[in-house]
Order: sequence, then C-alpha cells, then structure tokens
Amino acid sequence: MTAPRFTPVADHALLVEFARALDDAAHAAVLRLDAALTAAPCPGIREWVPAFVNLLVEFDPAVTDHATVEAQVTGLLDQAAAPDHTPVTHEVGVCYEAPFARDLAAVAEKTGLSQDAVIAAHLAGDYRVYLYGFAPGYAYMAGVPPELRLDRKTAPVRGIAAGSVIVAGAQCLITTLTMPTGWWILGRSPVKVLTGDEDRPFLFGVGDRVRFRRLSLAEFEAENGASHG
Amino acid sequence: MAEAVFRVVQAGPLVSVQDGGRPGMMRFGVPASGGMDRKALALANLALGRPEGSPVIEVSLGGLTLECLSGRVSLAVTGGAFLVETGVVGAGVVGAGGRKTGSWQVLTIEAGERLVIRRGHWGAWAYLAFAGTLQAPRWLGSAATLASSNLGGGVLKAGQDWVVAAAEVVPPRDLPRPVSARPRHSLHVVMGPQAHCFAPEALEAFAAGPWVLTPQGDRMGVRLKGPALALGDALSIPSEPIVRGSVQVAGDGVPVVLLADHQTTGGYPKIATVLDDDLDAFAQLRPGDGVAFTPISAEEAAALGRFRAERWAEYKARMRERMGEAVG
Repeated sequence: MTAPRFTPVADHALLVEFARALDDAAHAAVLRLDAALTAAPCPGIREWVPAFVNLLVEFDPAVTDHATVEAQVTGLLDQAAAPDHTPVTHEVGVCYEAPFARDLAAVAEKTGLSQDAVIAAHLAGDYRVYLYGFAPGYAYMAGVPPELRLDRKTAPVRGIAAGSVIVAGAQCLITTLTMPTGWWILGRSPVKVLTGDEDRPFLFGVGDRVRFRRLSLAEFEAENGASHG
Repeated sequence: MAEAVFRVVQAGPLVSVQDGGRPGMMRFGVPASGGMDRKALALANLALGRPEGSPVIEVSLGGLTLECLSGRVSLAVTGGAFLVETGVVGAGVVGAGGRKTGSWQVLTIEAGERLVIRRGHWGAWAYLAFAGTLQAPRWLGSAATLASSNLGGGVLKAGQDWVVAAAEVVPPRDLPRPVSARPRHSLHVVMGPQAHCFAPEALEAFAAGPWVLTPQGDRMGVRLKGPALALGDALSIPSEPIVRGSVQVAGDGVPVVLLADHQTTGGYPKIATVLDDDLDAFAQLRPGDGVAFTPISAEEAAALGRFRAERWAEYKARMRERMGEAVG
C-alpha cells in the first residue's frame, strides 16, 4: 500500500485518503487504520470515521493539530492491529410484493429481466457491509449482481418508507427513516437496523455479510409484528 | 420534588429539544446534532447553574408559546434577539400585567401563565433552559433531536405536555450577551478537502463572493446564492465523511454549508470547510443575509481554532463564577 494522502479539514479534522476511486485494497487499509486507532487512540482525537477509501480523524483543536495527528497516524500505518469485530453473516427477510416493491417493474424494464428474475438476482447477491453513512443506521452494502446494476434515478423520490430495500449500482441498503431517495426500491424488510437495544443499537458491523431471504406478504406481516415487539 | 408542567400552545417548525449532542457516532451514520448555536445553548444552561449540555428547547424563527399548567420554575432564554413575553392567560398573547422583555434574561413562570418567545430584530435561534430537568426522551445517550428522524427528545408540537422535574426558582436577572454571539457575516475557511475537483476560477469565485443565505435552510444545512462554482471533470467522489461546516457543491454548482444535523457522508466534492468556532454565530444569520468566506491556511486555522477554544473556555469559567455569586 502506498502512503496515504493527508488533507486538513478546517481547524479540527484530517482526511486520510488511501485512494480517490473505489478500491478494495484501499478499503482494507481504512479498516486496518480504524482498528489501529481503536487500539491506540491518539491524544486529542475525538472521533474517527471510516468510509470507502478514506478515514476522517476529528480532533480537539485546543489539544492537538493537523501535523501532530498526521505524524501519529503515519506511525500507526505499519502496525497490524486485529480488527475489533469478527464479521458475521445475517439472514435478512425481504418482501418483494406489490405494496413495497414500487420500482420492481421499472427495474425489470431497464434491465430487460422479468420481475421474477430481478427478485432472483437480488436474492442471489452476496452482500458485504462497507460502512454506515448518510443517516442513522444506513449500512452501505456492496454486492448487487452485475445484471441488476442501474444508475440512480435522475431525481430523488420523497417520502420513501423506513425498511425499504433499495439498490443503486453495486450498492444496496435497508433504509431506517422515511426519507427521499434516488435509489431503486425493490422491497421492504421487517428487520430493524436501528435495534432499539442500548447495548447494541446497530444491527450490522462493518465487514458483516448479508443474505436476503424472500418473504410472502403474510410472512412479512408476522415478522414485522414480531420485530415491533 | 417540585415539578412544573408545560403545554405547547404553539410551536413553529423546527422547534425541538437539543442538548450537548451525541458526538462520536458518525461511524453509524449519526451526526452530533445539538444546538445550531452551541454556545448560546451552553450559556442558557450555565446561567441557571446547570451542566452546559443539559436538554433545552431550541426555538426557531417560527416561535414558541408555552402555558404553565402547574408548578413554578425559573428559566433562561439566550440566542438571537428574540422577544420574550410572560403573563397570565387572557386577552391577546398574554393578559394585562404581562411582562415584555427580550432574550438573555432569567425569569420565572408559574401555573396559569404563558411564555411567548418570538422572532426579534436579529438572530435565527433562541434557547430556553429550565432551572430543573426537562424530561425528554433520549436516544444513544442524548436528548438532542435529529430533526429529519425525530429521534431523540423530539420536535415540539401544539398540544404536547412537557415536564420539568426538580424545578427551582432563582432571582430574575439580565444575562451578559457575549459579543461573539452576534450573527457572523465573515467566516474563516480552509479550502478543500476537494479543492482539486474545482477549476481555479471556481476557487477564486468562492473566495470573492458575494454570497447570500437562501430560504432553503434547516438544521441539516443552508444553500447559498452567489456565483456558480463550476466543477471540473470529477462530478462525484466515493462517499466520504462530512463535518459540520463542510461546504459541499452538488452538480448544480450551488454550495451548501452543512450544519448540526448534516448527513454523515456524501459523494459531492467539498470546496472548503468553515472553522468550527464560526458556525454558531453563522447559524444566527437569516435568509437574505450576506456572508463572505476568508480562506486561511491549515496552520493559521489550527492556531485560530486553539485561540478561540481557549477564549471560550475562559468565558464559560467566568460565567460559572458569576453564577456562584448570583445564586450561591
């Protein structure tokens, strides 16, 4: 791995970039640095945020500065810290039935597949959680099969319900809030990524794998009722 | 323990419970939230001898009217120059004998009285702290409301009742309003982290301005109006972390300054990032107000950030001392 690029962000953060385009080796370097910072946080660092190919270190400007943090991060790059999370595989139910699958027909038309083939392709994907981003519990997963990869819509659609299973390009995520999205809505999951459990408030860990399982409307209602306690 | 109960008679949009926020959760997609003007929030609490990050009510330009149903409690109002009225329920907003004052006051309200906070000459946010504990739902250890989700203490709606536990009464007084609390029209920025995505003319246009706040603003961020900022060939980057103060430019060439409830990652390039200390007073600007950006080096930013942080710590220490004199 080549040395990362360091860019100051205002008076209180440093961006550590391992690449400027999507790259698995760069993501692995991000996760190694994340683990190294967790094992040995530098003085004055308030928070650090791993993303696809870079990691942001946020610090207290009264305690430290960009140059000091850069030197400390550089010192951590060669250290092989064990990740603090062992990836697990989650089985997640999705209901692709009409009330929840508002874009299924459009995706079928754009990909030239039948609606059943779109569902089968989505179920066949091997998904991995890369990061949480955008909004609480929005776990960005990659692994959408090539035949299902579509550009985002030209304009976002408002008021898409929480629990929607949405795709764009190679990415898939399960929404946790009612929000606008320009991604394609394939179905609805009863799974709660915001668990409501104070000890473990977010369902997925970075690096976890996800397999989707098809639910009938009745199965969705039953699981949805159960997950609402 | 004495408690006071308030009913929300009227609440403008974006009136919500806020506190010191929930920093440290960006890796789960959760921004820190907290006050748009964190300093005014802290000073409202300190004026009552409360921990600086205690839950308060953040009042927008839409204003707030509360009616005290039972009990008696003192409160502090800080933030922008809002109008504050109290009095018994009667004709008009408050009845005859009502008191009209402004923000940066400590006063007391009791059962049968109303408290009206509404927009004044300047400022966009006011903070209402109680001499007691505002009973508000917490999420991930904080009562700060993430407005887009209503997670946390929540957005205030007419008809709701809110309880202040362990309610106390302290003498009324004027609060000193720090000069730094005035709306700030000139912001220090460090260019980047994606300055390389912009043509040199765009970087010059950003620094030259002029910029005006548009009405398209909320707790997530505010869109500015000014010269178009042409992007180079890199229209989007792999989604990367955002901080409060990031100036993000979408494909339309329009900059957005991201604020308390910002999305935690984004795929649009950031032309510059505002110094953290400038953001509280920036948040007190209103739509139509002008703003200018002064680029400084990262080294200058670090020195200025440290100087401002030390000065703010000293100011808070003096407030705590005065508080000791006022009620101790």
